[in-house]
Amino acid sequence: MDVTLTVNGAQQTLQLDDPRVSLLDALRQRLDLTGTKKGCDHGQCGACTVIVNGRRINSCLTLAVMHDGDEITTIEGIGTPDNLAPLQRAFIKHDGFQCGYCTPGQIVSATAMLEELRQGWPSQLTGDLGAADLTDEEIRERMSGNICRCSCYPNIVDAIRDAAGETGSQAGGQPGARLAAEGAA
Amino acid sequence: MRQFDYSRAASPADAIGTDARIIAGGTNLLDLMKLQVETPDRLIDVNHVGLDRIERDGDGVRIGALVRNADCAADETVRRDWPLLSHAILAGASPQLRNRASTGGNLMQRTRCYYFYDLDAPCNKREPGSGCGAIGGINRIHAILGASESCIATYPGDMAVAMSALDAVVEVEGPNGRRDIPATEFHRLPGDTPERDNTLEPGEMILSVRLPAPLGGRHIYRKVRDRRSYAFALVSVAAVVAMDGGRMSNVRLAFGGVAHKPWRVPEAEALLEGQAPAPDLFDRAAEAVLDGARGQGHNDFKIPLLRRTLSAVLAEATEGAE
Amino acid sequence: MSEPIEVSLSHRMNFADKEDLLDRTTQGIIGTPMDRPEGPLKVSGTATYADEDHPPGTVYGWLVRSSISKGWVTGFNTRELRAMPGVLAVIRDKRMLRNPAQGQASKAPYQGPAEIFYKGQPIALVVAETFEQARDAAIKARADYDDRSEKGVFVPAEAKYEAPRSQQSSQGDLDAAMDGAAFAVDVEYHTPSMSHAAMEPHAAVAWWDGGSVTLRGSYQMLGSNKAELADSLGISPKKVRILSPYVGGGFGSKLGISHEGVAAAIAAQKLGRPVAVALHRRQQFETTIRRSESRQRVRLSCDAEGRMTGVGHEAWVSNLPAETFSEPVSQATPFTYEGENRKIGHHVGRLNITCAGSMRAPGEAIGVPVTEAAMDELAHAAGIDPVEFRLRNIPEKDPSSGRPFSSHRLADCLRRGAESFGWHNRQAPGARREGEWLIGMGVTSAIRVNMLEPSTARVILLPDGTARVETDMTDIGTGSYSILTQIAAEVLGLPADRVTTVLGDSDLPQSSGSGGSFGAASSGSSVMLAAKAVRQKLAKRMECDPDELTLKDGYAIAENRRRTLAEVLAGDTLQGTGTIKKGLTSLGHQQASWGAQFAEVAVSSVTGEVHVRRLAATFACGRILNAKTARSQCIGGMIFGIGQALHEKVETDARDGSFVNRDLAEYHVPANLDVPHIDIEFLDDRDPYANPMQAKGIGELACCGTAGAIVNAIANATGHRFRSFPVTLDKVLEKLG
Ligand SMILES: Cc1cc2nc3c(=O)[nH]c(=O)nc-3n(C[C@H](O)[C@H](O)[C@H](O)COP(=O)(O)OP(=O)(O)OC[C@H]3O[C@@H](n4cnc5c(N)ncnc54)[C@H](O)[C@@H]3O)c2cc1C
Ligand code: SF4
Ligand code: FES
Ligand code: FES
Repeated sequence: MDVTLTVNGAQQTLQLDDPRVSLLDALRQRLDLTGTKKGCDHGQCGACTVIVNGRRINSCLTLAVMHDGDEITTIEGIGTPDNLAPLQRAFIKHDGFQCGYCTPGQIVSATAMLEELRQGWPSQLTGDLGAADLTDEEIRERMSGNICRCSCYPNIVDAIRDAAGETGSQAGGQPGARLAAEGAA
Repeated sequence: MRQFDYSRAASPADAIGTDARIIAGGTNLLDLMKLQVETPDRLIDVNHVGLDRIERDGDGVRIGALVRNADCAADETVRRDWPLLSHAILAGASPQLRNRASTGGNLMQRTRCYYFYDLDAPCNKREPGSGCGAIGGINRIHAILGASESCIATYPGDMAVAMSALDAVVEVEGPNGRRDIPATEFHRLPGDTPERDNTLEPGEMILSVRLPAPLGGRHIYRKVRDRRSYAFALVSVAAVVAMDGGRMSNVRLAFGGVAHKPWRVPEAEALLEGQAPAPDLFDRAAEAVLDGARGQGHNDFKIPLLRRTLSAVLAEATEGAE
Repeated sequence: MSEPIEVSLSHRMNFADKEDLLDRTTQGIIGTPMDRPEGPLKVSGTATYADEDHPPGTVYGWLVRSSISKGWVTGFNTRELRAMPGVLAVIRDKRMLRNPAQGQASKAPYQGPAEIFYKGQPIALVVAETFEQARDAAIKARADYDDRSEKGVFVPAEAKYEAPRSQQSSQGDLDAAMDGAAFAVDVEYHTPSMSHAAMEPHAAVAWWDGGSVTLRGSYQMLGSNKAELADSLGISPKKVRILSPYVGGGFGSKLGISHEGVAAAIAAQKLGRPVAVALHRRQQFETTIRRSESRQRVRLSCDAEGRMTGVGHEAWVSNLPAETFSEPVSQATPFTYEGENRKIGHHVGRLNITCAGSMRAPGEAIGVPVTEAAMDELAHAAGIDPVEFRLRNIPEKDPSSGRPFSSHRLADCLRRGAESFGWHNRQAPGARREGEWLIGMGVTSAIRVNMLEPSTARVILLPDGTARVETDMTDIGTGSYSILTQIAAEVLGLPADRVTTVLGDSDLPQSSGSGGSFGAASSGSSVMLAAKAVRQKLAKRMECDPDELTLKDGYAIAENRRRTLAEVLAGDTLQGTGTIKKGLTSLGHQQASWGAQFAEVAVSSVTGEVHVRRLAATFACGRILNAKTARSQCIGGMIFGIGQALHEKVETDARDGSFVNRDLAEYHVPANLDVPHIDIEFLDDRDPYANPMQAKGIGELACCGTAGAIVNAIANATGHRFRSFPVTLDKVLEKLG
């Protein structure tokens, strides 16, 4: 079966001989995009986070065949070593990683998270369910779907706050918009 | 994962009345298929059939089966009129999972019992007649209410607990047409057929969930768990309480993490209805909820935990209100 | 290009370092919070880990799990599996492993997939064209067994314990000291089995070229791993090359060669094709290694002034039959606090559950939190502030051996840390409340022995004045790329961007590898020595004494001559090799890294949930090589401590020893929301006995204590002691009443 995916802006057709291939394995093994990591293969860690049609999801718990026609952004589409996105630069500056294995997932997740915040989505900490500010607690909760066993969480929070600050610090305004736009590019 | 045939449904009709297994977000089904706890021969992908909107329905709303958990929680109307539902959804899983998880799939998610997930362990739910690994095993996360000799699993979700409290109705369609199933009756007790989680019949599809008119009052969903986020409930309490002249009204309570289904006890609600809030009254309500509760050893703590959490939630819901 | 000019320096640490080279060089890069040089690769997904960069034609292997806990495999449905689509081989080879090698073993671990010692033990490898086919076939694999599971021993209470003579010691009369003490505690603590759960599950890709095998794997110590793989396969180490350029976390779980590496190599040879074997997360939990559970009896006594008179620490841990490793729980106890009457006991039980091995700070990580909790109990009994109580009992010299300490800054850490944290605001147990939340503060000392291991590195100064560092050292997230770059840059007077560091290839000079927090100190010293050898050669060319040579920003300066390195090199390449070896200083002095940690927790009086609101620590661990990566290591270690205190426990089914919560949904490592802001402070410190850089281990020190500070804070919040880790809400509820 043929599956057409637009990955990081480039349309590709994948000839799949097996419907069992997860989106994650399709990226890693068939499209050679190994930036997206496999930490658990069961939705329990977030290392495989990619953005599909503007939403961050766990690519391990979805089949490649289910994404015919979809637009996918992986870490490779967020920024390259010589052209890093603000979030990527902030992760380096704040040492938001150690082994680096959860890192692509963290950065893709944070990219989409800032966009969710911009759209005024509440989290479990948003008591009145109104538009939330980019507080440290909100960042922590909204990034809790990405496990980091090296445990760089405080630095990840610093990096995200800093990168969001580059484009304005409060949700509801423009923060994250530029980041998300870059993510989707 | 076993080999299967995959097809995409263009409309709900393609998925109704077939022996193919519906796949929506896939976040539960694929988890289980990878371990071959689930081994469907055919998958039908319902992600493109529509049913992805929240629409007004009289005083209530109708939430399509393919509305993603994230969208449901962020929906302006749901947030305003049924905040309990938003809170419950947001307390579950992770942002990535909620972006994918569908309303129908969330209702249908299976237990997280460790032995259910282990092909080398006995499990009556997975393999009827093989025994129950959790009884006499590690059962910290298991049921204290409504369990049976053959299964002590819990329904692990959050969303359905809120829906149960809100008297939601699950709208399903099968080969013989449509029917409504009250959310409180959607999940079932294990009895001696634990392989059946709920009352959906083969060939039926969930089309939507209907929320009746808003109840007003305060909405609280308190989920108690082993870590602050990204963990299933040990116990959760969903509560709606309105205050009318210093007395409680429109009381709705439901509990997660304690039974094979979201647990509701009308007697407990009736005890509170029309009464002024008072700690001993809360205790009596808790006693009513815990009538017949039985621990399995590791999960004994859920009994006091539920009692304490309920009292605190009721205190919070009634505090300072007129 | 002409042949490089080779120079070398080898140094055995027999005497305290007097030269203090890194304080005399002038580049000013050492110690700075330099960004990781590999950062851009890691944040863009272009750093490649084990299961990536597959050679063309790679096929996939999947390990099959034993469904019994003890016995023998007598048959296998090989024919049925071979008939499945894509299946290329079903491998049951005598050389496959029972469990991974222990750290630094340098020989094959226990081999043989036919005899079963624990549930989940790998018994075969299924190889297929695709990952999906292999996974399916592996689940369909069925073995016939001679099942002896009923003879298995699955719970510590039923285990037979050995008490190795070399691990028992006593001095004075502890019983008498306890009896005669003004205050004493005699308490038993329990810690559970834990899992490393590194984010990158173990994985390996193997391919052969003639009689030589190359393995891309996720390993921490390539020198010993090479020997282990060779011995496992029955070939010469010269025929083995291991590549681990990036390792997605290890924490000790990747110290030794593991199932996937040996199985992939065997399969690749058999099939004549590259074979990739990645462990499933469940396999990582049940077939690699765990940290042993422990039962610990602690006896402490003091006089009326709070001066300690007795220290007893006895531990019971477990492992599989025939494993020599056992968690050295009381490693720091002999030298931490005063007390003339002492007793150390160590007992190892044999269990049929997953192999026990090293996990971040084996020994102190579970021993220190327990003794520190007991110290808190004694301080409380004596009515003395816990910080003050510790200060009163810091010995002048090792009270067990009489040896002097090398740099010992525990008291400074406690004083300084208490001040920064606002310790004076701590209230009486159970006194502070905010709504339903009970608030408490706790302290712990952090102690971890310091080690040095032999290590060799090469530093090559190229004609253009850039340098390359080469060693088989690994960077498992600890910052090896950063610090080795900085050390070479500092000694050679180069901006860091003119130094390239190449790691993770077993063909490069053999380093200490990453383990025991000795990696930075050992491999760093070897790089420093290699660069120093080059530096000496440059001095010769500048016709000056090495002490008079200044190297800075790519210039060599002596007296009033200033030349670029390229000029000095005049087309030559200088290749320095440096080797560090441990010597007498590790015997003559008790060496450790030190710290004090503080925690503030909130405990729900309703649900028993515990939230950590604040963590802070002050550490003294010799020279800090990179302030940024060092801080990250400490944060990471302390968060390990949060998991240990509150969440992490492998749940073992007493009926068959299986790990029931063997995934990341049910084995709870801390998530982002569980972690508060953490303050880290380093005292300016040098330890001349440690190594020529005067730096000590960091990454493990940070997790040696945190859990103690947290349980002490819980005790302060609630007025109750919790002696069983992790302190989950069910345990709290039981006491809250
Ligand atoms: C690590 C992890 C943590 C989680 N934590 C939580 C938590 O804390 N709280 C919580 O509530 N949930 C939690 N979840 C579960 C998650 O919410 C569910 O997996 C998700 O809601 C399922 O929705 P889905 O659309 O992905 O279902 P799918 O996986 O697509 O389907 C699940 C089942 O529903 C059936 N199905 C789907 N749609 C329909 C329909 N319209 N009609 C009939 N049958 C249908 C499928 O056939 C299948 O049997 C967690 C999941 C993971 C992996
Ligand atoms: S509790 Fe139910 S799901 Fe769990 S092992 Fe027993 S029968 Fe299976
Ligand atoms: S690999 Fe997908 S969530 Fe862990
Ligand atoms: S950086 Fe190693 S797991 Fe996050």
